[in-house]
Amino acid sequence: MADSIDPSPLLTPYARSMGVEVQDDGAENGTAPILSVPFSDTVQGRPSHYHGGAISGLLETAGYAAIRTQLELDQRGNVRLKPINITMQFLAAAKSETLFAQARITKLGRRNANVEVECWQADRSRPRATAVMNVLMVAAGPE
Amino acid sequence: MAAHPFHCLPCMSEQTPQFDPKSMARFMFGASHNGFLGMGYHAHGENWMELELPWREDLVGDSEQHVLASGPIISLLDMASGMAIWTRMQAFTPVATLDLRVDYLRPAKERCAVIGRSECYRLTRSAAFVRGIAHDGDAEDPVANMAGVFMTIGGASQRGG
Repeated sequence: MADSIDPSPLLTPYARSMGVEVQDDGAENGTAPILSVPFSDTVQGRPSHYHGGAISGLLETAGYAAIRTQLELDQRGNVRLKPINITMQFLAAAKSETLFAQARITKLGRRNANVEVECWQADRSRPRATAVMNVLMVAAGPE
Repeated sequence: MAAHPFHCLPCMSEQTPQFDPKSMARFMFGASHNGFLGMGYHAHGENWMELELPWREDLVGDSEQHVLASGPIISLLDMASGMAIWTRMQAFTPVATLDLRVDYLRPAKERCAVIGRSECYRLTRSAAFVRGIAHDGDAEDPVANMAGVFMTIGGASQRGG
């Protein structure tokens, strides 16, 4: 991965060091970004399987990316996102191939947002895990 | 389901020797996702486990703040939960996370390591119920609260009921 290109604002330093990439930023058709993480030692739990924590990290990153993207579209880019909570359901083992994730915003209010996130591998109709997140939005700047 | 590391190791298939969380941690945290995060053993009891996640620049959630991202804290609590279950079972039985909820009570302190503590408070033939916290020095003032359910996979465990 080249550092010469600007790192995507959709990815935290943590997400980047885990290997998360922006597959499709959704700008073209106004959808939530699709993120992906290739299988590597960094995300591996038991041999040839993703670690639950790495799956969670991807789900969460996709949730924030969707909110961040929509806020920019709504010209509300100048807010900070703070996690309230996340609930994850692990539906099936994620094996050694690329894992994708995309969120759907259920509610984007003034102070808080609620998003659902799904991740899948080769077959999108068979999700590996899902998450529901609540996120607080606060004005950027000193608290 | 997000299965836990090494559950398929042949050594644990039949009679498992006394489960020793401390040496298990040394073995498990050398590589893979746990190793990437730099997790380490902190303490354990009959049905609980504490792991430590050191602060590291490249694991922050916001480049303007020196605070651990929430993702690694989920990994920490998930791992501590798996190990709490094995500690309670006294065996390395395959388990997989079914459901995990994390409430973020406040941001971790800047440049601070985080301790993840999980307790397996109920164990049945097929499910293990866990709860825990993450804190950055004072367990009375946690950073996060966690609740989860794990399933045993690949055959019933010998214990519980």
